[in-house]
Amino acid sequence: MQTLLVASRKGLFVIRGSGTDWRISAHHFPGDPVTQVMTDPRSGHWYAALRLGHFGAKLRKSTDQGTTWFDVGTPAFPPKPTTGPLAEDPMPWNVEMVWSLTPGGPDEPDVLWAGCMPAGLFRSDDAGKTWTLNKPLWEDPRRMLWMGGGNDYPGMHSVLVDPRDARCIRVAISCGGVWKSSDAGASWELSARGMTANYVPGEAEDDQNAQDPHRMVQCTAEPDVLWVQHHCGMYRSTDGARLWQSLTPPAPSDFGFAVACDPTNPLRAWFAPAQSDTFRYPVDGRMVVTRTEDGGQTFEVLDNGLPGQDAYHLVYRHGLALAPDASTLAMASTTGGLWISPDAGNHWHCVSRDLPPVAALGWVTPA
Amino acid sequence: MVTVTFAPSLRRHVDCAPQSVAPGSLRDALETALLAAPDLAPYVFDDQRCVRKHVAVFINKTLTQDRKTLAQPLQAGDQVLVIQALTGG
Repeated sequence: MQTLLVASRKGLFVIRGSGTDWRISAHHFPGDPVTQVMTDPRSGHWYAALRLGHFGAKLRKSTDQGTTWFDVGTPAFPPKPTTGPLAEDPMPWNVEMVWSLTPGGPDEPDVLWAGCMPAGLFRSDDAGKTWTLNKPLWEDPRRMLWMGGGNDYPGMHSVLVDPRDARCIRVAISCGGVWKSSDAGASWELSARGMTANYVPGEAEDDQNAQDPHRMVQCTAEPDVLWVQHHCGMYRSTDGARLWQSLTPPAPSDFGFAVACDPTNPLRAWFAPAQSDTFRYPVDGRMVVTRTEDGGQTFEVLDNGLPGQDAYHLVYRHGLALAPDASTLAMASTTGGLWISPDAGNHWHCVSRDLPPVAALGWVTPA
Repeated sequence: MVTVTFAPSLRRHVDCAPQSVAPGSLRDALETALLAAPDLAPYVFDDQRCVRKHVAVFINKTLTQDRKTLAQPLQAGDQVLVIQALTGG
């Protein structure tokens, strides 16, 4: 029996099952938008980020696998300065959305990281009770050049804690490139060399700070291997994000938002392609997943069990998730489709076509 | 005294009975009332301690426009109502 958490526009669904038998076993926060979900493998605790239309971003926590939930602290910006260069910052200093939740290292059991929109990075040292803005990154003058990329504000959707050293943090921002810290956030460097943005003037297309990585993931077994689904293609790094290699565009498209990678095999990853930034739905209305087994040199198109025509699903950044068994793969869409594959994408089982729009998926790690 | 009431749409998240507070500014009244339910404050205020843009505050029958300073003075007998704003739809 496996458990999948589905963060949707109208609540958090708990899906339990195995093989081709999956059922909705619980529905939490009905009617409330849930933007992110995280289960902490260190404690077994569940976290859900809500985006209440009237009352702002909220973070809820459960220590009993969803039986009960309670408010914990929500990342919040400090008072905006009224003097100095930050007084002129056009960005609102209000957390509109918690977009990324990441546990700290195993040697720091109460540390959590949250990436938000606007793209502030927040750290909790008490398992979510309180949060502190990472000022070195927020106050870097290059932050002022970040762009919204389809949203009103830039957002931080990917926060990766290096499994070898929890002081090594990599984050990805739409649109603000990839950044790396080797000292737990005390200092930062851009880490998007090799990426190209075709939506800015030609002489600026290699500007690391202008890149729009839609999603970034890291191989647990070989953490120097990272994958990015970018606004303008797909990338892989084999040196800890110092340099990114563009992958040859596979059929049917190299545009999309989501990427998932195998935690044990640095050569294997999955993408959920859409036609283009203008046409955000599957090419020819045929939904597929692409998978590489050779580090992105070649891709297979996987469609067994997925809608073959007239399908207008889009898979958001966090809508493609591999279970801890490294074989069960889940995918969910903005039009309420949820599919689960027991065999790494070879065959798909439709769990539902009628869910609310799905923002994020999270597998529960067995205790 | 001034009565501060939070609508059911707020109280479904964090319950707070109507509060009776001393006359003063609107901010004084809201901040004092929220001492009874501190966890409700982030639902009413944003990170900058301004009233959230989709929250409406009425003084008696008048919708307040100022979300930032909240300096409007209140008189004994005034009724403050905090609700979710209906912003289209």
